[in-house]
Amino acid sequence: MKPHTLSILVENRAGVLSRVTGLFSRRGFNIESLAVGTCEEPGMSRITIVCIGDDAQIEQVMKQLNKLIDIIKVSDLTDNERVERELAMIKVNADSGTSRSEIMQIAQIFRAQIIDMGTKTLVLQITGNTEKIDALETLLRQYGVKELVRTGKIGMLRGSKTVKSGK
Amino acid sequence: MKTGAKLLIEGLQREGVETIFGYPGGVVLPIYDELYDSPLRHILVRHEQAAAHAADGYARASGRVGVCLATSGPGACNLVTGIATAYMDSIPIVAITGQVPTSLLGNDAFQESDITGITMPVTKHNYLVKKAYDIPRILQEAFYIAGTGRPGPVLIDIPKDVSTGTVETDPPRVETVSLRGYQPTYKGHQRQIDRAVELLTLAERPLLYAGGGVILSNASEELVRFAEQMMIPITTTLMGLGAVPGDHPLNLGMLGMHGTEYANYAVTECDLLIAVGVRFDDRVTGKIDTFAPHAKIIHIDIDPAEIGKNKKVDVPIVGDVRNILGELVQKLQKMGHYQTWHEKIKGWKKKHPLRYKDDGKLRPQYIIQQLSALLEEDDIIVSEVGQNQMWTAQYYCFRKPRTWITSGGLGTMGYGLPASMGVHYARPDKTVFDIAGDGSIQMNIQELGTIAQYKIPVKIAILNNQYLGMVRQWQELFYDRRYSFTELPAVDFVKIAQAYGIDGIRVESRDEVQSALKTAINTPGPFMLDFRIEREENVYPIVPPGAANNEMIGGNNS
Repeated sequence: MKPHTLSILVENRAGVLSRVTGLFSRRGFNIESLAVGTCEEPGMSRITIVCIGDDAQIEQVMKQLNKLIDIIKVSDLTDNERVERELAMIKVNADSGTSRSEIMQIAQIFRAQIIDMGTKTLVLQITGNTEKIDALETLLRQYGVKELVRTGKIGMLRGSKTVKSGK
Repeated sequence: MKTGAKLLIEGLQREGVETIFGYPGGVVLPIYDELYDSPLRHILVRHEQAAAHAADGYARASGRVGVCLATSGPGACNLVTGIATAYMDSIPIVAITGQVPTSLLGNDAFQESDITGITMPVTKHNYLVKKAYDIPRILQEAFYIAGTGRPGPVLIDIPKDVSTGTVETDPPRVETVSLRGYQPTYKGHQRQIDRAVELLTLAERPLLYAGGGVILSNASEELVRFAEQMMIPITTTLMGLGAVPGDHPLNLGMLGMHGTEYANYAVTECDLLIAVGVRFDDRVTGKIDTFAPHAKIIHIDIDPAEIGKNKKVDVPIVGDVRNILGELVQKLQKMGHYQTWHEKIKGWKKKHPLRYKDDGKLRPQYIIQQLSALLEEDDIIVSEVGQNQMWTAQYYCFRKPRTWITSGGLGTMGYGLPASMGVHYARPDKTVFDIAGDGSIQMNIQELGTIAQYKIPVKIAILNNQYLGMVRQWQELFYDRRYSFTELPAVDFVKIAQAYGIDGIRVESRDEVQSALKTAINTPGPFMLDFRIEREENVYPIVPPGAANNEMIGGNNS
């Protein structure tokens, strides 16, 4: 059982996301994260789903996804050379002078950006892999994380290989 | 200028549709108005569920796409059980529903329901049409998707303003539908076929396990040729009955929970299982780890998702069953014969035949056997779900594909009577029998109204034990005979039939069975037989749920 990153090319049509997520819940697969957006092909979108399962489960979910008429291509990026990123925004308590400068120092080390500064809070933006974001969150906990939002992971194969239509 | 409704009716005709089953309502009025003087035959059912089952029965008996039509909201929701039934058994139907006007969509309007959302898990695909112009294309796609690859139901939801909306000129029609997200595989992978040939050459105790996929791909002939050439015994699933003649010497009958003992022993001891158009359903495999424990498995199926879903296989071949069996026949030399294996099976057959206590009482198995002897090989048997279905599967000798119409996967009580109406329109020259239980028949008994109105010559045989028999049997065997809510008070079914203007007879003794069946067969038009059978007769053998297939009980009860 390990997390798999599935890159799914779909027709950009009403209801396609609910077809995909409905399939996961109906067949008892859990979605760890999900990111959707339009892509380089007109009329198509790309969904990146991270889900946890053993090889047989992942194979089954991919086969079931492939059966959906609006799905053009499903690829499992997991065992390939790939780049993956996730973006998070973290609103953290920063009312005293000391914690404020500590947080800014931490942000610098993590190459996070401060994108909002209030009288009592800071909002940090961080991009990276899941572990990096988790690590930053852990460090910020001591100051009090008021809100955290993550985009869900997106991924791409390294080099010239692509996840294209033609399944 | 044409309306969406007109485009729809024209499109249906272009797809070769002759008969549709439906029920009118508010938002489908424009479509019904168009039907009024169209050459399409419309059968008015009494409940939308029946329209879906009838379309399904039509599809199973004919091999073509069945069509049903209902209004929005409750009409569409009533189709759902019928659509799910078709989905589980991979039956091609196109269900058309009306929808509230697009301006009201999502407003909880009168008789609005999100039927595309509701049917997403039970359709192969579905559409919500947004403009009249799209209707011809979507209809063409729907028929294509329903009838190709692994078949299944497709739903088209048409808002009222779309069916009244107009187009100036006919939208262009494509010669063949091509969808980038849907490209079924028909031809088997050469290397896998070669590996299958290799395993077949090495096997000593091979067994064919054939299912509904053989019927769907019209591969019965190829299956029998393959089996005969290699002398491989065949067991079929419930859905595969009729793929091989019931009296064929290589046929071991049905396997699984209520299969024959010898089929279940054969599957437990075989060293090569050739699974053809099947999906290793739990009712077939019993405890999955002990299913075919000594066998290498070759799995041939058009749906790649079925391969390895429930059981790991050694050689997967994705493609059309008919193509692949044909290719295997070409590649294999006549050989084998497997003398020892056949001897062993012959021994099991002799020692453990299907049997029941034939003691002069009115027992359901006897009725089915008599019916089997009386009907022609291409007459058609439809069943409800439960004991009636299992007794028929066990004791009727199906000799041809598409002569056995039953709800296998979903196990829908109330399926049989409406499905048999569809079967009649698919094969109007054949005798059609609906084998029912007193529980099942009452789930869609209102269809006697449809049958009477159109004088549909369906013969109904109710195996009436005043119980929900299969559930009662489980309560007897596994719940200490605590018959919790399974007893049904006696109903005079003949009187009900008569109220609709349909003739019938009540049968209370074994001696009357033959003449009653003959009367039903020889009376023109519909006929009802109410058989008052032994109330606590059980279906045996039975593999208890979760047990291994060779741990059947009740095999030696008589």
